[in-house]
Amino acid sequence: MFEAFDATILARLQFAFTVSFHIIFPAFSIGLASYLAVLEALWLWKKDQVYLELFNFWKTIFAVTFGMGVVSGIVMSYQFGTNWSVFSDKAGPIIGPLMGYEVLTAFFLEAGFLGIMLFGMNRVGPGLHFLATVMVALGTLISATWILAANSWMQTPAGFTMSEAGQFVPADWWAIIFNPSFPYRLVHMVLAAYLTTAFVVGACGAWHLLRRTAPRRASTMFSMAMWMAALVAPIQIFAGDQHGLNTLEHQPAKVMAMEGHYRSHPEGAPLILFGMPNAAEKRIDYAVEIPKLSSLILKHSLDAPLAGLDTIPEELHPPVAVVFWSFRVMVAMGFAMLGIGLWSLWCRYRGTLATNASLHRTAVVMGPAGFVAVLAGWITTEVGRQPYTIYGHLLTAQSISPIEAPAVGASLVAFIIVYFLVFGAGTFYIFRLMARLPRDTMPELGEGPLRSAGVTPGPAAARPHGGEHGL
Amino acid sequence: MDFDLPFIWAALIAFAVLAYVVLDGFDLGVGILFPLFPQKHDRDVMMNSVAPVWDGNETWLVLGGGGLMAVFPLAYATVLPALYAPIIAMVIGLIFRGVAFEYRWRTRRGEFLWNWAFAAGSMLAAFAQGLALGALVQGIPIENRAYAGGWWDWLTPFSLMTGIAVVVGYALLGATWLIMKTQGELAERARDIALICAAATVVDMGIVSLWTPFLEPAYLERWFGWPTAVFSIIVPLLVLGCLYLLLKGIRERHDVQPFVAALGLFVLGYAGIGISFYPYMVPPSLTIWDAAAPNESLAFLLVGALVLVPIILAYTGYAYWVFRGKVDPEEGYH
Repeated sequence: MFEAFDATILARLQFAFTVSFHIIFPAFSIGLASYLAVLEALWLWKKDQVYLELFNFWKTIFAVTFGMGVVSGIVMSYQFGTNWSVFSDKAGPIIGPLMGYEVLTAFFLEAGFLGIMLFGMNRVGPGLHFLATVMVALGTLISATWILAANSWMQTPAGFTMSEAGQFVPADWWAIIFNPSFPYRLVHMVLAAYLTTAFVVGACGAWHLLRRTAPRRASTMFSMAMWMAALVAPIQIFAGDQHGLNTLEHQPAKVMAMEGHYRSHPEGAPLILFGMPNAAEKRIDYAVEIPKLSSLILKHSLDAPLAGLDTIPEELHPPVAVVFWSFRVMVAMGFAMLGIGLWSLWCRYRGTLATNASLHRTAVVMGPAGFVAVLAGWITTEVGRQPYTIYGHLLTAQSISPIEAPAVGASLVAFIIVYFLVFGAGTFYIFRLMARLPRDTMPELGEGPLRSAGVTPGPAAARPHGGEHGL
Repeated sequence: MDFDLPFIWAALIAFAVLAYVVLDGFDLGVGILFPLFPQKHDRDVMMNSVAPVWDGNETWLVLGGGGLMAVFPLAYATVLPALYAPIIAMVIGLIFRGVAFEYRWRTRRGEFLWNWAFAAGSMLAAFAQGLALGALVQGIPIENRAYAGGWWDWLTPFSLMTGIAVVVGYALLGATWLIMKTQGELAERARDIALICAAATVVDMGIVSLWTPFLEPAYLERWFGWPTAVFSIIVPLLVLGCLYLLLKGIRERHDVQPFVAALGLFVLGYAGIGISFYPYMVPPSLTIWDAAAPNESLAFLLVGALVLVPIILAYTGYAYWVFRGKVDPEEGYH
């Protein structure tokens, strides 16, 4: 039934599908692990029960997310061999040790301390338990570091020679790990993970603020999430810009596709805001452009010349439409997140952060924004790397296993069914866990009306910092 | 001074895979035994006995996969396409049983579904691992640095036999684990099951051992040619010794001894495979040295492994120690 398909296309689809799921869970769990460490630290420091309650609330959600991340990761670690065996044979000597270090320094650390973090509070006491939480958080960050070193090396390979058997042989590990795009990609990804988590936590907090079930806990997590959004979103936009300049230097074709620059602009390139990439005619139809702005952003000069895809042989073009659109989706999400962050600062200044229902409704809608941005960003960078797996050195078409379409097609269908079943159920359970924020157990002293909040949720009762008149 | 880096790495990878087999073996075994314990209360305790450690156990599998790609990329690139279907089946089994650890506690209506996912996933993963083992022992044809066989080569009577053997063996590890970690009726039942599984495991080991030498002349030479035939006497004797300690431990109601003896059986079976294989990484043509990555890769990762593996063993040991003793049926965060 899959004879009509090309095995390479099916294998790419399978990789894209499985890695998309795999990136979603770690993006959330990297941020959530750090958030849990912060919550537990605040609890130990301020002795305020609200932080422990929030810790326990998010801990269960973390456990479900982490479990999904682990199992989707096992798939990845074997898929390189099943579907991309030529890539594994040739690039294994470089990619393999980086992943080996990821397992040795990160996965074991996370797994070893996760059990204590989830189940061990009564057995080890708060001090050691906090250590375990910090180790889990540290593990997620170390893991991100190694896997992004490996991914960045595929984008901007450095520090290697080629053997007679056609293998990439490491020559300088420092150059391999700290390859040109690695620092930018690492910062961009870790910030993305933090923002993703902030918007999930923020949406959850906002939803409970709207429902007025547990105002103290809901406003605490909402406030923390909005601080994160306000502080990190601008940094992320700056980091993304820097990453883009780095890409222009090392992978110009990717930037041409992102910008939709089919042709060269010797006297300053326009910034195309929107348009329809037309692959046949090699132009952007219905383009809405701002003259010279692209040159200003990328070259810091209005009239700087920018080369287009017409300078590159056609068989080495990345798929323009995909990269063009995914890039715009990511940027739009980034600015929307910045907008929420700024709005929250304004409300905070006005004292209406916990009461402004419009902000809360928008934050609920924006809950998945981080995931959308992360996926769009990954599609931009990975599809933009095509037609290579190792940029400039190994073509995707030359990386594939000697497999036949039916084998890849059948396993692809199996993965699609299993993933939607399993991760669909997981997402459902996570939503349900998020919806079940127990009512506040320890109302603040002296705020009488709050005590009735759980019994008769009236308009005034649910406002912990009573007095303001938000919506 | 020159170290034989490929040899050292072969030993380390062998250790990682053994660690995986015995560690995930008992928690997969607990899943395999799930259908034999219909009571919800028993199942809660069984799952809680492995919940804090299963994730660490499975990390050894990722180390086996990632490590193999790092230090023996050619073996990784030829074995995985050869074992395509069993590998896919294994990861799908691991997905279902892995998520069941959390999902099972998140729903009452759907609990039976995740009970099934846990049991069937564990069984599928174990059986697929056994199939893969059998296929590897049979040998994998390689030409021009690529797998050169057919898509169904892995499916033979021998690999089905090893598949069953691994399921039964893991069930034995699971049953002896439950003897060690639980009490009351649950532990009693685990004792009965362990007795049956112990007998079945040793019979399976016998069948596989007698079958293996006839698959490949090199194995025959190894087990019946002088001086390596010494192993043909020593290994079976040690197996019988372990079996004796296992049965004695169960009968005399020791908590720990049956589990340790079952581990011993696994180590011996594993050593037997190692004796058959050496010096091949992928029989019948790829040796450890053929498959090895360049020395630059081996040395780079070895430095880390020598420092990190002892640290990993230390904190993994600590995690087990924190959760030592019998499972308290009332405990658990769920």
